[in-house]
Amino acid sequence: MMASGMPGAILICGGCIAMRFHSVSRRTLLQFAGLAALPLGVPSRAAQAAASTLTIAYNVNLPSFDPTVGASAVNPTIQSIYQAIFDPYIGQAADLSFKPGLLTKWGWNEDRSKVTMELRQGATWHDGSPVTPEDVVWSLTRAADPKGGNPIQFVWSKINNYKIDGHTITADVVEFEPVLFKWMAFLTGYVLPKAYYEKVGAEGFEKAPIGSGPYKVDAFERNAFLRLKSHPGYWGPKPAFETVVFKFVTDPTSRVAEIESGGSDLTFEIPYEEFDRLKNKPGLVGQTKPVSDIGMIFLTDIDPMLDRNVRLAANHAIDKKAIVDRLLHGYGVPIATLEAPGYVAFDPAIKVAYDPELAKSLLAKSGYSPQKPVKFTIQTTRGFKPKDYEMIQAIAGMWRKVGIEANIEVYEIAQHYELRARHALAPAAFYNWGNAIGDPTTSTGFAMFAPSPHSAWKGKDLVERIGPLWGEKDEAKRIAGWKAVDKYIADEGEVIPLLQYVQPILHKKTVKVPPQANGMILPQLITPA
Amino acid sequence: MRWSGFLRRLVLIPPTLVGVGIIVFVLLRVVPGDPIAMMIPPGASADDITRLRALYGLDQPLLSQFVTWSGQMLLGDFGRSISLHQRVLELVTARLPATLELALLAVLIALALGVLIALAGVYVRGRRAEWLVDAAIGFFLAIPDFLWALILLLVLGVLLPWLPISGRIDPQRDVTFATHFDLLESLATFRLDVAADLLRHMLLPALALALPFAALVARLLKAQLAEAEDQDYAQIARTRGFSRATILTREVFPNALIPTVALSGVQITLLLGGTVLVERIFSYEGIGNMAIDAVINRDFPLIQGLILTFALLFIALNLVVDGLVALLDPRLHHG
Repeated sequence: MMASGMPGAILICGGCIAMRFHSVSRRTLLQFAGLAALPLGVPSRAAQAAASTLTIAYNVNLPSFDPTVGASAVNPTIQSIYQAIFDPYIGQAADLSFKPGLLTKWGWNEDRSKVTMELRQGATWHDGSPVTPEDVVWSLTRAADPKGGNPIQFVWSKINNYKIDGHTITADVVEFEPVLFKWMAFLTGYVLPKAYYEKVGAEGFEKAPIGSGPYKVDAFERNAFLRLKSHPGYWGPKPAFETVVFKFVTDPTSRVAEIESGGSDLTFEIPYEEFDRLKNKPGLVGQTKPVSDIGMIFLTDIDPMLDRNVRLAANHAIDKKAIVDRLLHGYGVPIATLEAPGYVAFDPAIKVAYDPELAKSLLAKSGYSPQKPVKFTIQTTRGFKPKDYEMIQAIAGMWRKVGIEANIEVYEIAQHYELRARHALAPAAFYNWGNAIGDPTTSTGFAMFAPSPHSAWKGKDLVERIGPLWGEKDEAKRIAGWKAVDKYIADEGEVIPLLQYVQPILHKKTVKVPPQANGMILPQLITPA
Repeated sequence: MRWSGFLRRLVLIPPTLVGVGIIVFVLLRVVPGDPIAMMIPPGASADDITRLRALYGLDQPLLSQFVTWSGQMLLGDFGRSISLHQRVLELVTARLPATLELALLAVLIALALGVLIALAGVYVRGRRAEWLVDAAIGFFLAIPDFLWALILLLVLGVLLPWLPISGRIDPQRDVTFATHFDLLESLATFRLDVAADLLRHMLLPALALALPFAALVARLLKAQLAEAEDQDYAQIARTRGFSRATILTREVFPNALIPTVALSGVQITLLLGGTVLVERIFSYEGIGNMAIDAVINRDFPLIQGLILTFALLFIALNLVVDGLVALLDPRLHHG
């Protein structure tokens, strides 16, 4: 077990075994007797410490502490833990808007050739040393290093040549990246301690990480739990709970059992049926909020999706509201584009109506009918997202009625990533797309722009429309441009947006959990009720 | 087993492991799923993917990757986990003891339960109660370990919340260990409150693993006991006035034990395999739980290290069981 404040981390108790043999007291013998009967029902230490401790049954394991390197750095579900320990450069409010974090001011100069950032004064690392501008510059430089292993390196490399003046940092813009500062609130956008990291190295940091966030690491048992203690020198509001325990309970049934047995104060990402059952149970509260994650079907530009009639028919034949109401118990918001409500480029005027008759007539134009259906494969995960497989089954049923025969193929999420990167997905493939910063570049942009390894649609039509928007310096013009692209995609049916997910959170009545649109469960914001 | 046979088995271990290594290495790269694809963020270009692939050595030809990996393995270096950023050997040695302790507890529970049920079953042989024992054995055997895990979780964790349902130890407890054998170490150092806490956390997963195994032991041992009880030596003992209970425990039981031990060896390897799902359900931090994450993340070095560890464990267990059978069976002493 890794314990608090001990650089080097794994505590060695050499000699403990030998030293303790000599003193077998009466108390020890009594303990032995008690051991045989296992103290069932005796309140655990967790129960005794409950008043000052918040226990969260968390849905994923924490693979690594460094929030800037490797696969875990780009895993959105782990960011809640990272944001409890590390400070992002820029904070994010509950509605996806941005607020000061370690940086209190940030921005571009007039011609977008320089950026300026102002570091908060008085912030400290968990070891008590101050957070300095040198830490910020080192973190950004390290993130931009192609050999550093930062998966978002291509964003951080857009600025260089840093200069420090007091608490103000300036840098030159290598290439204008409109969402640079938005990235500073999300994936890999964390400030790490230069001096400490250089002293302990990468492996030392993994064993005893320190950040400047509201909580510091107190104990970590891989695949079991992470225990945090509040950071007394934190620059922001003092967290209400002195101790936070993240129990890594990856199985949904086990998470339900955790909250039902009282073993945890809070859990989330549980089946909607269980959520409905438990939210009315005495002592528990259920809350839901649409989050920045959508369900969608990628269409690959291969036969038969090259036929516009087939694409549009596939879109119009899906009754998204029925799917949300019947399969997801109402926990979802039907969407028409890859921009969900709350994203900056969301346009409620863009609609894709459920119209099976229109779908039939479109298919008829291409020579298809329910008797002579167009046939293709649709790939989906099963159990990766709530009701993913069931949704695709329902959609296949709706398609069948209008003249589309879809063969369902189940794959693992790892296969999806690999196939998508190789542009080898089936003509249709279900996926979910998170966009915690709510910008169109990180939804429509990366999902539909041909040069992106994430896009399934490689048509030149979109390259021509999206290309100029990457470097657009006028923000209003940029957002209007993305809305136009979304409208075009909807008119052409080049992707099938399905729904915005709603996150079910279940917690004890004794705690108050402010929901976040980015889906994060931030312990620093949770308070006793 | 003779010394020569034992030595021959020892000599065969390295080529077996090499074979397992080759199969695992090739299979991992043939099945769909790419660790780099798992970590490509939105916006990454083809160059970014190439850069990441090179960073983890996955840009090299398959043969070159295998030569590098085998070379490292020969030096005792299992490589570095792609998802956990730590040495595979360090990760495996830190987590393996948790699985071994869990498996040991499960085996002890299974043997104790199995032997008791078998003895009880033979004792009531021919009576109506035997039907009850057989039905109980059938019931325990019919339900697989992961289903037992869910049943125990719901009954003893939720309905009657008597035992903790996640982790290996209370997260509020501040405790340090010199080894990773937390339970054995706490018992050896008389930190019995810690040992009790560890046992409380281990009991449900251990029971889930133990119940089907216990049923199997009971079924086999009961049949062996019944057969042995009909042998001449048992009948003679009875005519000499020994009680049935004495004959069963002192005369019949040792003879019936040998095939049970042999089969148990095979079953323990299956039980170890069962820890993967059971550890996941109870969020127990053993290598089984870690293996699932490794597979999800396509963490090639970690999967390779874990499978080799499992292979080594199975080989070692089979050796121990064969040794034990040889020790228990007098016929083999004079082979």
